[in-house]
Amino acid sequence: MQSWNGHVETGVLELTGEVIKSLIVPAHPHPVLCPEKNEGWQRIRDAYDNARKQIEESDADLIIIYSTLWPSVIGHQIQADPNPEWVMVDADFHDLGSIHYSLKIDTEFAEAWNKANIARGLESRTVSYHGFPVDVGSVVALELLNPDNRIPAVICSTNVYSNRAETTVLAKSCMDVVKAQGKKAVAVSVMSLSNRMFTEPIEPHEDRIHSLKDDEWNRKILEFLEEGRLEDVGQLSRTIHDQIRVKKVVAFKPMWWLSAMNDNRNDLTGNVLAYEPIHGAGAAVVVLDPESNGTGDKEYDEDNVEFYGGDRDVLDSNQSSDGEATQSHGPELYDPVEGETAVNTSKAPKPVGAYPHARREGDLIYLSGVGPRQPGDNSIPGGPIKDASGNPLNYDIKAQTRAVVDNIARILEEAGSSIENVIDVTSFLVDMDRDFKGYNEVWAETLGKVGPTRTTLAIRALPTPIAVEMKVIAKA
Amino acid sequence: MANGGIVAGCLAPHPPHLVYAENPEQNEPVSEGGWEQLRWGYERLRESLKDVEYDVIVILSPHWQTYVGTHFIGVEKCSSKSVDPVFPNLFRFNYDLEIDVELAQAIHDQAKSEGMSVKMMTNPDFRVDYGTIVSCHMVRPEWDKPIVSISSNRSLSYYSVEVMQEMMIELGKSTAKAIEASGKKCLLIASNSLSHRHFVTETNPPEDMSKEHITSHAMHLWDMRMIELMREGKSQQIINEMPEFCEQAIAETDGGALTWLLAAMGVPEEPAILHGYGTIIGTGNAIMEWPCRNWGA
Repeated sequence: MQSWNGHVETGVLELTGEVIKSLIVPAHPHPVLCPEKNEGWQRIRDAYDNARKQIEESDADLIIIYSTLWPSVIGHQIQADPNPEWVMVDADFHDLGSIHYSLKIDTEFAEAWNKANIARGLESRTVSYHGFPVDVGSVVALELLNPDNRIPAVICSTNVYSNRAETTVLAKSCMDVVKAQGKKAVAVSVMSLSNRMFTEPIEPHEDRIHSLKDDEWNRKILEFLEEGRLEDVGQLSRTIHDQIRVKKVVAFKPMWWLSAMNDNRNDLTGNVLAYEPIHGAGAAVVVLDPESNGTGDKEYDEDNVEFYGGDRDVLDSNQSSDGEATQSHGPELYDPVEGETAVNTSKAPKPVGAYPHARREGDLIYLSGVGPRQPGDNSIPGGPIKDASGNPLNYDIKAQTRAVVDNIARILEEAGSSIENVIDVTSFLVDMDRDFKGYNEVWAETLGKVGPTRTTLAIRALPTPIAVEMKVIAKA
Repeated sequence: MANGGIVAGCLAPHPPHLVYAENPEQNEPVSEGGWEQLRWGYERLRESLKDVEYDVIVILSPHWQTYVGTHFIGVEKCSSKSVDPVFPNLFRFNYDLEIDVELAQAIHDQAKSEGMSVKMMTNPDFRVDYGTIVSCHMVRPEWDKPIVSISSNRSLSYYSVEVMQEMMIELGKSTAKAIEASGKKCLLIASNSLSHRHFVTETNPPEDMSKEHITSHAMHLWDMRMIELMREGKSQQIINEMPEFCEQAIAETDGGALTWLLAAMGVPEEPAILHGYGTIIGTGNAIMEWPCRNWGA
């Protein structure tokens, strides 16, 4: 069975994916087009090659690019063209030449990440258009880290308005999919450290970091990264931006994203492979491995948000612009009611009222109504059916239905039973016309093979923004 | 050759939505229309320019962003597809345009002689930015005039609005000198909106006009103030208030195009004509014309 996030399952969701390596790499085209013109550019190129070999020697099966050179306005955009091809010319350094790119994108991951973003309250969409201008940073990084497209990639934009909470949630939704699909992922932030370039052309041999102040800040950042203190750099992000960043639109956000991709850790194993100037900006190649170096600790300094509830949907002026999505998207959640015959599990979503997940009575197990919400983060695979203001959203009924079946399986396993023991199901759909077909297809792939009796009803609404719920009776 | 001149200057905003709504054959997406107030404004501008003779369109667009000086396209024929990286669902435009490299080089050389950091772009693979294409298409959809494409030097990002203005004033003067020396009659376009705070969500369909409005009252007030100043011919005051405008309205004039335009026209005291105003995903857009040909200079 395949779930909302593309993970192939046989029963309970297996969370096996992980980030096996994180990289910070520069975006300028010089290491691709003319490394031989400057010893420092060559060292950046060599460091890129070193990082590429480390990736090749790992069991990585996905490269995730967060590029500061692809700004977006309508939320975040994720590249979903399976094979973007074009010729890239840098807006400033066009005289260095052109880069012909032909990339291999993991479209299944891209689509799943997009859905996971929406489920966590983010504005998000995929893009798949012939001729789309993949940004110079992504092209340079993939050209040097993955020149033969051995590993599929996914590329995400930087929203010009996004704050730390939104960027953190973006990483968490990405990790939802990494884990669910069992990926061994390499997370890459494409960025400069200090980004002030010389405003006039220079000869290659004249290159240096633009100012001593920029250089000192860069070295401090790299000192932290060498010690694996990624989260500390994330927490200093705004200060760093004020001190050494030219005020371009995207700020110093990639450290927020990369830190959240690593569970906001401060004890990674860091290795600075190179640090050099490129036309005055600070360019560094840094590799961070998840192995703990024994120092530092998780010291998160702000709310560790799970859902984004910021100023999305500003088109509708009647709604509040604050409040968490979890609160605005449904009723209060309860701990499941305990009792002698009650069956409860942390692997199922919390109830929306005072009742248990199930009760065992004699040889039968009666389940409370089961929806697709996920345990822990309360996200809705396939996306919610409406936003916080009640505006309808597009959603995936198949993904929701699969998630319902997964939740049923978890509860039954907690009860010592299994999905194979289901004998009767009452299903509730909020939109029979729209959803019955998709729901029915997933049913045929899952419970349909078990063979319980079934009744399907159309109802007006459910307490949370979901489209399907099932009431189940099973043998113990 | 001498006695060239600027026949008109235009503030011509470039949101790709306008081309999308026009459904020209060059653009791949298809719409049901939308943003008519602005598109009718462009119609009025085209009507106003209908009988005006000019040889070249000279345009400065904030979407060719350069951080190492000001650049000029130096390739005679540019043909490719322009895809807006922000709104690729709206703008995938197959263009085939001609560059007046001679005039571009002349402006470049004039600016260089006066100490500016400039560079000719001669890479044939270079894609023309969508801002240039949208503004040129809306002003002259026939595509029968060569253009000079000038990048937006992001000196604002490196220094301040004040420095940006000083540099753009000098570039505007250089542009005017080079045009005069060339003997060519030119239409100048500053390709930018006014207030520039976007909505961060998009309607379905994007041309659903029931959701279109300015993002805030403050943005509206700023837009109206700048339009009034333009209509009253108070160009110097626009330049004076530009720092506040850019900061408070997140104005796209921070790219320098409007200041460059005003400087090239000699900071005109003659009133500009308002052909249209409207919002696009919350940003404020005005179509203005300074009919220099009528000033009897």
